[in-house]
Amino acid sequence: MVGQIREVLGRPDFTQLLFRHIELSVVALAIAVLIAVPVALAVRNTPTGAAIAINVGNIGRAVPSLALLALALPFFGFGFTSALIALTALAVPPILINASTALREVDPGVIDAARGMGLSGSQILAGIQLPIAAPVIFAGIRTSAVQVVASATLATFIGGGGLGDLIVEGFQRGDTAILLAGALSVAVLSIITEVGFAGVERALTPKGLKIAQKRRR
Amino acid sequence: MGEGFPGILALLQDVSLEEPRLIEWDWISENFWEDIWPAIQGHMYLSFVSVAIALAISLPIGVLSARYRKIYPPVTFVTGILYSIPSLALFSILISVPGIVIGATPVIIALVAYSLLILIRNVVAGIDSVPAETIDAARGMGLTNSQILFKVELPLALPVIVAGIRIATVTIIGIATIGAYISGGGLGKLIFDGINRNFPTMIIAGAVLATALAILADLLLLAVERYLRPWARRSRA
Repeated sequence: MVGQIREVLGRPDFTQLLFRHIELSVVALAIAVLIAVPVALAVRNTPTGAAIAINVGNIGRAVPSLALLALALPFFGFGFTSALIALTALAVPPILINASTALREVDPGVIDAARGMGLSGSQILAGIQLPIAAPVIFAGIRTSAVQVVASATLATFIGGGGLGDLIVEGFQRGDTAILLAGALSVAVLSIITEVGFAGVERALTPKGLKIAQKRRR
Repeated sequence: MGEGFPGILALLQDVSLEEPRLIEWDWISENFWEDIWPAIQGHMYLSFVSVAIALAISLPIGVLSARYRKIYPPVTFVTGILYSIPSLALFSILISVPGIVIGATPVIIALVAYSLLILIRNVVAGIDSVPAETIDAARGMGLTNSQILFKVELPLALPVIVAGIRIATVTIIGIATIGAYISGGGLGKLIFDGINRNFPTMIIAGAVLATALAILADLLLLAVERYLRPWARRSRA
């Protein structure tokens, strides 16, 4: 069995499917960051706006990933674009929720102190709000990344390609080796994404915050 | 009981005449009791059974992890890895195991596996949230360890545990749709049949109903959570 799986992994189209999977995930995540972070920044000083953003995000998170991908089909047709749109929509809510919450929860006392020191609004944003909120915003990006890599497997059902193609091929042909080659490579890709992003998240947390977190424990 | 339903749908159909191909309300009213309702029931069955089994596993593991701190990191490591395996991959791996055939069983096994991390984490967090003074007071009153667990710690941890059940349930209702690919039934069957037949009405019916089910479960369990946390309600008022 191991030999047969290795044979599948050596197929030239395996690399193509893997790259397509990564391409779908990376592009969808990048677009989602470019949508969610500016929106969170725009509503950071208006409590109503932030509440709306968080609630929209919460409803968005409840939409099952297969439902989102399948819904893209009647509107955008079969193919890569459809899958990309659906995966982007899937990636926005966790980032939006975390970014809005994190920016809202920066201690007002800290911002007051910065203002008292004569910092301008944009200086406060760049020097205080963003660094303090960064770990939580990044945690949202990490959640989205793992979700997108996992859900990109489902892109195969709407013609988006990716490693899900192998799973479907193995399932339809009743070939366990192909099925497992697809399943295991997707699983490894997801775990790498999870572990990799967790590492970056730790590196991003400012030293002062880490000390504060330790003290709280 | 169902007689008023086609009437309402006929009214809605008039409104959507411009896009007759996206949603065919006739199909929905004709097939509601044969296709759609069993799919809703099947979906609720899959989700409920999975959360119930997962809870039965997570409670003892969570209590043990809260007591014996050493086993908590390996427990979260293993359940964390299970949690990050994409569902279609986990389904595929499960049906490759000799003795497991396609159907509801592998779907339920996978759904249980996904709930474990969320539930165990919340059981531990719930027990941790019980103030040490409260436990001291209980011990001072002469309660035994098991009495403290069942009469003090678990009741006080309940709101946090229910919060975990809520997240797990919403997650599971979503993932259960994918289970239809390996013949698990549920609303995903409508979605996959719709894709295969190139029939948008079925896709939209399945997707919208699965989303509605997830949001309903979320709101319902949120209400339970609030009810169990009267002190939070009072402070908000």
